[in-house]
Amino acid sequence: MTDIADIPILRVVNLARHVWVNDAPLTILHPGSFDIRKGESVAIVGASGSGKSTLLGLLAGLDTPDAGEVWLSGTELTAMDEDGRAILRGEKIGFVFQSFQLLPLMTALENVMLPLELRLFPDARQRAQYWLERVGLADRRHYRARVLSGGEQQRVAIARAFATNPDLLLADEPTGNLDAETGARLIELLFELNRENGTTLVLVTHDAELATRCSRRLLLQAGRLELSA
Amino acid sequence: MNRLNLAWRMALSEWNAGELRVLLLAVLIAVSGFASVGGFTMRMHTALRQESHRLLGADLVLVSDHAPDRNRIGQARKQGLRAVEIEQFSSMVSGVGNNFRLAQIKAVEDGYPLRGRLRIADAVPGAERIAAGIPPPGSVWLEPRLAQSLGVHVGSVIELGYSKLKVGALLTHDPDLGGEVFNLAPWLIMNRSDIPATKLIMPGSRVSYRLLFAGSSSRIQAFRSMLIKHLSPGQKLLTVADARPEVKDMLAKAEKYLGLAVLLSAVLAAIAIAISVRHFVGRHLDAYAVLRCFGATRRTILSLFMLQITAIGGLGAILGMAFGYAGQSVLSGLVDTLMHLILPPVSVLPFLQAGLAGMILLTGFSFPALFALRNISALRILRRDSPAFNGASVLTYLPGLFTLEALMLWQAHDARLVLWITAGLVGFMALTVLTAWGLVHLAGSLGEYYRQGWGQGLLNLRRRRKSSVIQISAFTLAILSLLFLSLVRNELLGDWRDTLPINTPNRFVINIQPGQLATLRLFFQRHEMAAVRFFPMIRGRLTAINGRKVNTEEYADKQTRRLLDREFNLSYADSLPPDTVYAAGKGWNGGHPPDQFSVEQGIADRLHVKPGDRLSFDVGGSSVSAPVTSLRKVKWDSFKVNFFVVANSALLKNMPASYVTSFYLPPSRIEVLNELIKAYPNLTVIDVSAILHTLESELNQAAQAVEFVFLFSLASALSVLYATIVATRDERARETALWRVLGARRRQLWLVQTVEFAAIGLLAGLLAAAGASVIGWSVGYRLFGIPYHFDMHLWLIGTFGSGLIIALIGLASLWPLNRLPPITVLRAAIE
Ligand SMILES: Nc1ncnc2c1ncn2[C@@H]1O[C@H](COP(=O)(O)OP(=O)(O)OP(=O)(O)O)[C@@H](O)[C@H]1O
Ligand SMILES: [Mg+2]
Repeated sequence: MTDIADIPILRVVNLARHVWVNDAPLTILHPGSFDIRKGESVAIVGASGSGKSTLLGLLAGLDTPDAGEVWLSGTELTAMDEDGRAILRGEKIGFVFQSFQLLPLMTALENVMLPLELRLFPDARQRAQYWLERVGLADRRHYRARVLSGGEQQRVAIARAFATNPDLLLADEPTGNLDAETGARLIELLFELNRENGTTLVLVTHDAELATRCSRRLLLQAGRLELSA
Repeated sequence: MNRLNLAWRMALSEWNAGELRVLLLAVLIAVSGFASVGGFTMRMHTALRQESHRLLGADLVLVSDHAPDRNRIGQARKQGLRAVEIEQFSSMVSGVGNNFRLAQIKAVEDGYPLRGRLRIADAVPGAERIAAGIPPPGSVWLEPRLAQSLGVHVGSVIELGYSKLKVGALLTHDPDLGGEVFNLAPWLIMNRSDIPATKLIMPGSRVSYRLLFAGSSSRIQAFRSMLIKHLSPGQKLLTVADARPEVKDMLAKAEKYLGLAVLLSAVLAAIAIAISVRHFVGRHLDAYAVLRCFGATRRTILSLFMLQITAIGGLGAILGMAFGYAGQSVLSGLVDTLMHLILPPVSVLPFLQAGLAGMILLTGFSFPALFALRNISALRILRRDSPAFNGASVLTYLPGLFTLEALMLWQAHDARLVLWITAGLVGFMALTVLTAWGLVHLAGSLGEYYRQGWGQGLLNLRRRRKSSVIQISAFTLAILSLLFLSLVRNELLGDWRDTLPINTPNRFVINIQPGQLATLRLFFQRHEMAAVRFFPMIRGRLTAINGRKVNTEEYADKQTRRLLDREFNLSYADSLPPDTVYAAGKGWNGGHPPDQFSVEQGIADRLHVKPGDRLSFDVGGSSVSAPVTSLRKVKWDSFKVNFFVVANSALLKNMPASYVTSFYLPPSRIEVLNELIKAYPNLTVIDVSAILHTLESELNQAAQAVEFVFLFSLASALSVLYATIVATRDERARETALWRVLGARRRQLWLVQTVEFAAIGLLAGLLAAAGASVIGWSVGYRLFGIPYHFDMHLWLIGTFGSGLIIALIGLASLWPLNRLPPITVLRAAIE
């Protein structure tokens, strides 16, 4: 009998992805497998174009693989339909994009409230306000997302990712577009939340220092997974 | 050239991205709309004109009471017109056994009729055929009723003057009605070369000489102006308008409608283009800003943009013209088989016009973009939020509006109409934008209460307030145009249908003697036509107005003079019919006061008679005089018995009168007429069913044209919808993908999207219905004389119909995007 704690939060089995370029298949992610346990922090590193964003998109169920499986807390994500994945994502996953991806016409507060409202949280506003305070943007909450600076936008994106209290946070180069100091503050925030809430962190990063702070590193080379300690 | 090269490469890459296609499509739809409507209406217009000219048998007729200068024929032919000379007069004709009848004789020469065809038959009823020419020398064609009353048939011989002529055929249709609706005596048509032998035309005979002309309208116009200068006393010119005022009225209304439809289509096309250009530039500001970063000058960027726009415009115009050609020929084909109309070949002019119009519109509405581009800086790349179209850009739409205005004037040739439409549109749009703004905010506040569900749709509406207001306003205008056009269309069609209700009288009986009334009533009762009413008719000459002797010299208008020279048909009644429409005063019901007249408005205007004036008539030697108490409006084309002057019974009932009546007789009951004539040989029965038939088919043609052109307006409105949806699709797609990243289910997305689109549709529909009512009430009345009445359907269809359609089309446009994996959309959006 397996202990529930032993079930990895994320299990990846022979996951592969091709794209079609000029009528010929091109493998951008070669079959690879790994597990990530609850509470871990994992860095995905690799050169530009090695397939990091592709992998992360598959882990979040934003894209469908051509082969292999992704299991999230014992549920097979890859066997679900789009709606099923959306529901699971809403409950368990937070996602931070390389390019922020806020809804430009909504205010900062509305952006953070949205995932809560989609899950019908009755106290969506209070929770959103709390998280905006945590990222230091309480005074900017009624600004439209598109007038915020890059760093501010990314902080809103992080508040949005944490607002639903996800088990797993996937972040694609969360500091890639920020200056070193702002980036460092954001990373602190991420790890703080990881500690406080036991949120599993999976980060894509080019930052070697950041990568070493994580409990584990996954190296991607031209679409091939090289597991490292 | 380097710049051209760059423009070309940019265009190619953007073509693949699908951006240029949208703009091209907008121009294409606009141009093909213009071209189809323009080409088709031009042909239709010409055909309708020619069709109605058939009623005269020509385009222009010179009527003369003396033999006209035959040189006119030669002159006309030299100017490329066709021309024939005919004579008309009345004469007795005899058939079998000295059976004399009065007939109207028309002596024609080869070429007659210039418009339309004669139709003949060997027996009636029997097979009808189109006559190959005119009766050959020695033979005549008779109207069937003349043949019947003479007791002759094809092959018989009749006597006309000093000649014996053979009956060659029965004349079933003559396009030349001579401009008179009630031809008392039946027609006989003969060859002009037989006239001298009959010795019927002698000096002093009453003959109407007619020169008929036909040709292209510009030549006819020129020839007409020449003739007018040289008219001698006793001569007059007839055109269709003179012959058939009701047809003229109908044509004028149909033309106005077609013109209006084209204009509104132009406005809609302009909106589609404006939206597309805005979208196009908005999407490419970044690219231009990058160019600016790399050192491109302002001029380079502007000319780059203009090159692209011109290329798209040119391509769109050419394709649009081709599509337009196809569109108009499909339409024309349809019309050809539907109405047996022979459409003249289409000229290139409307297509060139349409192509040019598309280019002009595109250029005009590119100004806001030019303005935005002029101000673009490399900063744009650093802060994507720096506004592309700011407040000042409203003013930059002025060039576009001016070009639109110029285009409308060019298309409509009617400054007043254009002014009306413009004033209406500008005022209405200002109001619409304001109201839409308010409603969008209201909707947003409502949405706040249901943030967890459909309220997000309303919130989205408010979040995108600028684009929502633009969309709602554009849709409002599109729906408004459609509602207004269909309102006018329905009213026109209804109006025309009312012109000829189902049982419009098709027979008139005159010459009924007072002593016959009682038995005639019984006769009609026996044939289940008890409703037939008889009207007394008294002939009288107007002698004085307010005691002053009438002097024909005082009236400049020839027709009025002629009217005064003849005798009026007077009538009397105890009361005027309840459905009488009064222009002034009121009729009577009962005998008080006994001496009063009611006068038809048109003739009162001609004679400058107002209520209160005293008219004196000479009736059979005795003088009758009374004040005018009311002016009546009379619809002469209603085919009911009508009189210029009606007196209270007390005034005229002792005067010698004959009676007239009119009634509808279905074709299946012709035997009633035979019986009637047998029993009362003195009665004259006038058959107007042929005229009714012609009128009916004309009404149908005009109606068809109106229906067809409406379809084009519909297409233009849909192009606005399409342009708007395409313009916001990328943004919506990215949003949708993000929502799904954040865990939104498909059902939640649908709900929110449906609410947003439906709200746009409903608000636009509501505003449009309100606008259509106001405009229908003001413009509709002014242009078409349509009285306003509240139309529930308008509101329901306008509001819910458009809400539904916009929601459906909007959702359908997002359907494929909703199905893509979110990552695909987001990757594409980052670009
Ligand atoms: N839809 C697609 N069609 C074609 N090629 C694709 C597609 N999606 C990804 N690729 C290619 O797959 C490779 C991996 O892309 P991915 O975005 O995962 O790289 P990455 O490791 O995140 O790079 P970076 O560090 O620059 O963000 C790239 O070479 C990319 O061009
Ligand atoms: Mg990446």
